[in-house]
Amino acid sequence: MNVELYERVWMWAASLLIAAFLGTILAMTAFHAITPPSHFETVDPSNLAANPEFGSPGVRPGPDGGVVVTVVAEMFDFSPNPIEVPAGRPVTFRLTSADVIHGFEVVGTNANAMAIPGYVSQFTVTFPNSGEYLIACNEYCGLLHHNMVAKLIVKKEAR
Amino acid sequence: MSSRNSLAAAHLGVGIAAFGLASAMGLIQALSLADIQFPQRSESLYYMSLTAHGVLMALVFTTFFIMGFGYALAQVTLGRVTGRRTAWFAFWLGLVGTALAAQTILRGQSTVLYTFYPPLMAHPLFYIGATLLVVASWIWGGVMIASYRSWRRENPAVPVPLPIHGMLATIIIWYLATTGLAAEVVGMLIPWSLKLVPTVDPLLARTYFWWFGHPLVYFWLLPAYVIWYTLLPRAAGGKLFSDPLARMVFILFVLLSTPVGFHHQFADPGISASWKLAHTVTTYAILYPSFVTAFTVIASLEVAGRLKGAKGLFNWIARLPWGDPFFAACALAMLAFTVGGFGGAINAAYAMNTMVHNTAWIQGHFHVTLGTTVTLTFMGVTYWLLPRVMGRELKFSALARLQPYLWFLGVAIFSASYHIAGLRGLPRRVYSAALSGEYGAEWHGLTRVAAVGAVVMFLSALSFLIVVIATWLAGRRTDTASFEFAVPLRPVTTLGVWDRFGVWTVVAVLLVAAAYAYPVLNLISHPRFGSKGFQPF
Ligand code: HEM
Ligand SMILES: [Cu+2]
Ligand SMILES: [Cu+2]
Repeated sequence: MNVELYERVWMWAASLLIAAFLGTILAMTAFHAITPPSHFETVDPSNLAANPEFGSPGVRPGPDGGVVVTVVAEMFDFSPNPIEVPAGRPVTFRLTSADVIHGFEVVGTNANAMAIPGYVSQFTVTFPNSGEYLIACNEYCGLLHHNMVAKLIVKKEAR
Repeated sequence: MSSRNSLAAAHLGVGIAAFGLASAMGLIQALSLADIQFPQRSESLYYMSLTAHGVLMALVFTTFFIMGFGYALAQVTLGRVTGRRTAWFAFWLGLVGTALAAQTILRGQSTVLYTFYPPLMAHPLFYIGATLLVVASWIWGGVMIASYRSWRRENPAVPVPLPIHGMLATIIIWYLATTGLAAEVVGMLIPWSLKLVPTVDPLLARTYFWWFGHPLVYFWLLPAYVIWYTLLPRAAGGKLFSDPLARMVFILFVLLSTPVGFHHQFADPGISASWKLAHTVTTYAILYPSFVTAFTVIASLEVAGRLKGAKGLFNWIARLPWGDPFFAACALAMLAFTVGGFGGAINAAYAMNTMVHNTAWIQGHFHVTLGTTVTLTFMGVTYWLLPRVMGRELKFSALARLQPYLWFLGVAIFSASYHIAGLRGLPRRVYSAALSGEYGAEWHGLTRVAAVGAVVMFLSALSFLIVVIATWLAGRRTDTASFEFAVPLRPVTTLGVWDRFGVWTVVAVLLVAAAYAYPVLNLISHPRFGSKGFQPF
């Protein structure tokens, strides 16, 4: 194939740019263990009340010195609400839905995952700053989707 | 060469009508989101109209337009559309399917949005109607391939004309994509909505949906690339810089556009991080053919400017026909794509994706890409096509000249606002930016600015419709507009490696299998719980 010199230069430059993008992502994965949520666990959405964990959502102490927060999304509420967690410690969310797909977005942080009925989404976040955060459902779930909000309270620990 | 073509015109007409209707809905959505009161404003109107807008824009406008454009190209470059009656049958099938689905949406029975994620359950006719539209598009693909084969028998040794090369790539991508859609809709949702099966697995359905959803993007984009490569340089007075690279680009899209769907599911459970990473690699790889396209197309336009006597480094830009609505629309569409491509590279990096996933950033993003790069190119080529497939001179050409600039201005205001609002956390698909009432101080002002952009976009859409309708009904008859394509700087006369569609299709199928077989098998071999349907609308 006959390719002009300038175009050849451009094609190499484009390849390098793409390699740089990918290299950054791979490096973050390899050295900082930054990966998307990928937990695989199923749960019966039609009978969450009988589930020992999701039947009573709430905040519990976690194994890593942080807390585990079990959250159920259900048209058009999150429980528990409000959610209280300590600042500066790992917070592991375990999230599912009792009906349709919902989103769980803690506005202004990088906690953002889907609540899919039948599955448990699990991800760990550390909130360095204390304060009140808005939790918003960010997947359409019915006519009152926009009303589906909750509060996250991040507390400085009294030592 | 006169090329009046009622088959093409009928498809383009339906597509444009869908676009017109959906534009009005877009405007009321933008107002509602910004909490600007208007009569009849309600939650049910908002989400119903959002469903209609998404379906009409993303699925109906694009599909009909692309089918019509394909027929116009086949007629002119291959000298035939083999199976005209079958083609008309497909047209009516698609129209009936669209009408069936649309009436359930307008009645509020299918307020599930254009992504229709179960366990939200629409009316069965929503799924059945959509299936008929897809079947119609499959028949279209068959007619296009039959036309190509018939031409090939008479022309065994020359490369297929570049526009058809691009359309064949589009069609292969479409078949790969809609296999996933069929698995979801025919295999799961239709029986479920008819109560033949009690439950479906929402995650499996989502996975099939995004198997379809990303190549869908290239189904929209490739016809725009065909226009930029094969029509635009000619309209600008230039030549196609490189013909074989264009063919390479189309084949790379065939290979890479489907095995990437997990980049829409970064926030989903049930799919392992390493598979998400694998799809990330292919997602970035697919930037490559677009980079090559940028060079070839811009170089072709530079040739045009220099042929017109431009000197110096940038003077050729000024020599381009900015007053020609076809040229201006395409050039602005490309400009939008530089922004859109940048946004896409951000979305594809999962760490950054977390910040923007399902926020207003996303609607900002796809109104730049689909809503401008593709749509503005289609609007521009409509001005170019009308005299050629309808045999009518453009009416209100001054309005047509203004229209692309108006759209670009509107979208710039609209999308910039939503991008920023999304970074500040505004969720997408909400009736009101105040959410349950008291939120949104950080983004409320931005949604009002976006509403201004929406008004400008709507005025542009209206201008487009006025020009099209006036031309269609009352344009002066003409037979002089000729259907000619850009000539390559160095024409290619022998078949090359990029012309071997059979082989590339096999490779593409293998890549799709590699990308999906293991994750899907892993999912379905795990004990899972299905979901019954919900209709919270
Ligand atoms: C007059 C021009 C337009 C206006 C004012 C407009 C406005 C809007 C607004 C306000 C939304 C709602 C966003 C949300 O709540 O999440 C939206 C969604 C959408 N628009 Fe547009 N839009 C226009 C043109 C287009 C075009 C030309 C296309 C594509 C060809 C398009 C495709 C979409 C899609 C696919 C959605 C997503 C629907 C969903 O989230 O389910 N729009 N539009
Ligand atoms: Cu919701
Ligand atoms: Cu995608």
